[in-house]
Amino acid sequence: MATLSLAGIEKSFGATRVLHGVDLDVAEGEMIVIVGASGCGKSTLLRIVAGLESPSAGRVRIDQRDVTALEPAERDIAMVFQNYALYPHMSVRENMAYGLKIRGFARAEIERRVAEAAALLELAPLLDRRPRQLSGGQRQRVAMGRAIVREPKLFLFDEPLSNLDAKLRVQMRAELRRLQRRLGVTSLFVTHDQVEAMTLGDRLLVMHQGHAAQLATPMDIFERPADTYVASFIGSPAMNFLAGRLTAGGAAVALAAGPVLRFADGPRPGAEGMPLTLGIRPEHLVPAAEGLALALDLVEPLGSESVLHGRLANGEALAVRLPGRPPAVDRLTLALPPATLQVFVAETGRRLDPSPA
Amino acid sequence: MSNAASTTEPGQRPDWLAHGVLALGVLLFVLPIWVVLMGATHDAATIGRGEVPLLPGGEGPANFAALFAGGRVGRMLGNSLLMALAVAFGKIAISILSAYAVVFFRFPGRTLAFWAIFLTLMLPVEVRIFPTFKVVSDLGLVNTHAGLIIPLIASATATLLFRQFFLTIPDEYVEAAKMDGAGPLRFFCDIVLPLSRTNIAALFVILFVYGWNQYLWPLLVATGEEVETLVIGMVKMIGSEANTEWNQVMAACVLALLPPVAVVLLMQRWFVKGLTETEK
Repeated sequence: MATLSLAGIEKSFGATRVLHGVDLDVAEGEMIVIVGASGCGKSTLLRIVAGLESPSAGRVRIDQRDVTALEPAERDIAMVFQNYALYPHMSVRENMAYGLKIRGFARAEIERRVAEAAALLELAPLLDRRPRQLSGGQRQRVAMGRAIVREPKLFLFDEPLSNLDAKLRVQMRAELRRLQRRLGVTSLFVTHDQVEAMTLGDRLLVMHQGHAAQLATPMDIFERPADTYVASFIGSPAMNFLAGRLTAGGAAVALAAGPVLRFADGPRPGAEGMPLTLGIRPEHLVPAAEGLALALDLVEPLGSESVLHGRLANGEALAVRLPGRPPAVDRLTLALPPATLQVFVAETGRRLDPSPA
Repeated sequence: MSNAASTTEPGQRPDWLAHGVLALGVLLFVLPIWVVLMGATHDAATIGRGEVPLLPGGEGPANFAALFAGGRVGRMLGNSLLMALAVAFGKIAISILSAYAVVFFRFPGRTLAFWAIFLTLMLPVEVRIFPTFKVVSDLGLVNTHAGLIIPLIASATATLLFRQFFLTIPDEYVEAAKMDGAGPLRFFCDIVLPLSRTNIAALFVILFVYGWNQYLWPLLVATGEEVETLVIGMVKMIGSEANTEWNQVMAACVLALLPPVAVVLLMQRWFVKGLTETEK
């Protein structure tokens, strides 16, 4: 168990800057999920922590010790790779023992640790098999086992679930979370899957184009996204965005689509008429007698709920999530409950909170 | 097959034509070897009369006994084996190490090093034979085993093949090994070598046969009996047309055929295993 601290991590490959100064403090035993679209720099950040890449600027500290210049082997961390990287010519047992063997552990100690990890991961019957004789889920467990036997200060996960099929992924996700809680090892987990991110992380770091867009607990990120990128990235189907202008001295927004809505949580600072982006999640829209008229063009029944896509009179797209069967209509009138509105400044995309009283 | 032949449609080539062509091909390849095998079982007089016997005679054991009498052929066999093995292992060792360096390390001049190695592929022994002979003779290595073997090792023929194979080893193995704390040498011994097993086996077959069949270079360097190889010795046995003991030449020829055949047959299992069972 250890703390991890990243300070001003920057990385350039030639003229291309992929990380623009990322700061992150991870508490002991915490699981941080780094999430973002491909190319956002999340894997690079993880590899910098691992020591497989060196940062162009910034420091990496594990337990207050500066490890920026250390080799991966000297950092006392273990990593689970996307394709597991199990050595194909070694048995499961040898794969798990290899790191310990190199570090010169006694044979009895290696055997004890491997047996312990195998029991924990239900790998005991598979110890003498080769990786290619295992299923995807089993390989995944061996990769975990290889990390566990090391008893490292830090676990790093590089999209370890993305090669599994959907059902197994959900199962391994839960298993992995339980395991991490039980072992209490500080962990970084990189993924592009927002469901994985929401379910696994104590906190999420949403990355966008080499910046840390937001660092907060999953529910905080869901309920109070810092900008329109985070708002659209987390949540499925994605949040709707409507154009509007600040009006009534900051107390309301005039939507481009027509209605004027009063803010439920107080007036916003800013000049009258300032362009805003209004965010509302598809599940927060409710059918009502009056409000926005939506012409439906696509209905997606998902069983327990339905997602309806359509366009407003002014051409803006809107998705609605309704429970149960999809209504057999091609027009809907929707109300926007003011309490669920997210307000962003149109120009910067940043969240606009009510001015403090 | 007879079924297929009976249902042959107009315009389609009949099966017997294909079989005929194949049989002809087999005959072309097999006939010289058959002549050698049969020739080794007759006495000198039979072949001396200009006959080409196609049926086995009764002099086989006697011919081989006569061949080995005096120990010269035994030594030639030993020299050939030593040379073929040393060339095969030497080339594999040099090639795998240079490919390892070129693929897994970033050092200044890496591309240059690779291309320099690659260019030597285009310069076989025959092309650079005079400068090579000059170097070997200046080093005083003429008519020694070292002089016979080293110049043939000193070309990284297999480097390209190992390089292509190493490029298919996923980066994750390198990284996982780094996390596991394996240094470059451990990674080479514990991961790269075991993964290259089947490639090494395949190359060994090719290089052993290459080394065994060397003719021009041993002809230049092996001037004395101590280092001459079987291939060279055989040529020397064909002195003049009149007093050549053809039955013995044929027997020596059979001897020269056996080791490459044995290597191919033995290693074939590995070879096929390497092709059918991918461990990645």
